Amino acid sequence: MEADSKPKKSGARLCCVCNQNRAALKRPKTLEQGVFYAVFEEEIHQVILENQLFKPGERIAIGASGGKDSTVLAYVLSELNRRHNYGLDLFLLSVDEGITGYRDDSLETVKRNELQYGLPLKIVSYKDLYGWTMDEIVKMIGLKNNCTFCGVFRRQALDRGAALLKVDKVATGHNADDIAETVLLNILRGDIARLSRCTSIITGKDGPIPRCKPFKYTYEKEIVMYAYFKKLDYFSTECIYSPNAYRGFAREFIKDLERIRPRAILDIIKSGEDFRISTTTKMPEQGTCERCGYISSQKWCKACVLLEGLNRGLPKLGIGRNQGLNSDGKKDRKRDSRTPSIESKQCGSLEF
Amino acid sequence: MHLTLEFGGGLELLCKSVKFHNVNVDLPKGADKLSMRDLLAWVRTNLIKERPEMFMKGESVRPGVLVLVNDCDWELSGQLDTTLEEKDVVVFISTLHGG
Repeated sequence: MEADSKPKKSGARLCCVCNQNRAALKRPKTLEQGVFYAVFEEEIHQVILENQLFKPGERIAIGASGGKDSTVLAYVLSELNRRHNYGLDLFLLSVDEGITGYRDDSLETVKRNELQYGLPLKIVSYKDLYGWTMDEIVKMIGLKNNCTFCGVFRRQALDRGAALLKVDKVATGHNADDIAETVLLNILRGDIARLSRCTSIITGKDGPIPRCKPFKYTYEKEIVMYAYFKKLDYFSTECIYSPNAYRGFAREFIKDLERIRPRAILDIIKSGEDFRISTTTKMPEQGTCERCGYISSQKWCKACVLLEGLNRGLPKLGIGRNQGLNSDGKKDRKRDSRTPSIESKQCGSLEF
Repeated sequence: MHLTLEFGGGLELLCKSVKFHNVNVDLPKGADKLSMRDLLAWVRTNLIKERPEMFMKGESVRPGVLVLVNDCDWELSGQLDTTLEEKDVVVFISTLHGG
């Protein structure tokens, strides 16, 4: 759509909707703040309606980390619930991975959100569920593959928390940028199974507690702008273990792309949605984990496999096949941080 | 030129955890205007105390950092070519963290 705006002397343009106030935001259209709020909220409302994300009377847990996406999600959902009478019972569900200096601070933010938005909060912790905090896990496995453990455990933790809250669905704050990154990541790793699922706005429909992503088409930039203008309280620090994550590369690329052609983000999502897999490609079958009953395409679900590795003690740090002396005579400190089960898997065939 | 700068979204950590800065920026030699391009170079030299790559990439801000000039997206005013005036408020917000 064309931006219909009149340039003023100082270079300030007018909002193309009301044509009176100074524009604050450039989207495909150019908008003034108050109009931006209305458009932002209305678009989310339309996504919710068109995709039939909720039904009246449902109990919904909002995955809340205290970060920008989940805070804005909590705020907007409770606002829309009121305004449009969705008839939903909303809860905040938070996962404590046990990352000192990161999660303990962001949980304080969620506790404030509980008061600010009047939504009851439940916190589940890795320590209670698995007997391990992320700090303890990283101490054991080193700084590689941290996100693998954390992501797998968090997914289950959310499900457990949702079951405790007896909710019908979980809503997460994944935004368009996140989903575009995931599409790219799955392509880069040849993970066809995930590629076919990762753009769905509702996932786990066959399972006990489906999940939805109301921000699927919402740009991260707009979420931040919304939070900034509305002065919403959120926590904004990178997880201390994330700099080593593979996702960082996809993110960097997406951000560079956005600068050149902002529409690329939505277009990548569209490509992911329209991807069709050749009928001759062998796809893993979804069954259940023998140990815990969770959904899994292998005998044991990834969480059980990882937990077993942790509890048995991985090849101890500093001892193992990769330990050796380099030419300086100093001990080689390269660590093999992968569990035996991950090592034996072919690239692209990890299920989690 | 007196300006108010605000750093958010985690960027304040690069400036010793100070979010708000009231600064006085000298115009570049021979110029009668201060552009965002000039301001960014000034900020990198004078305010960013660590990891400048988190704030800037090349001449401009790192992709993922939003810039608002007087509460208005700098993409509307020409990004790096935006000219600043006395008492303007410039906000830098990073979006590069968990949600």
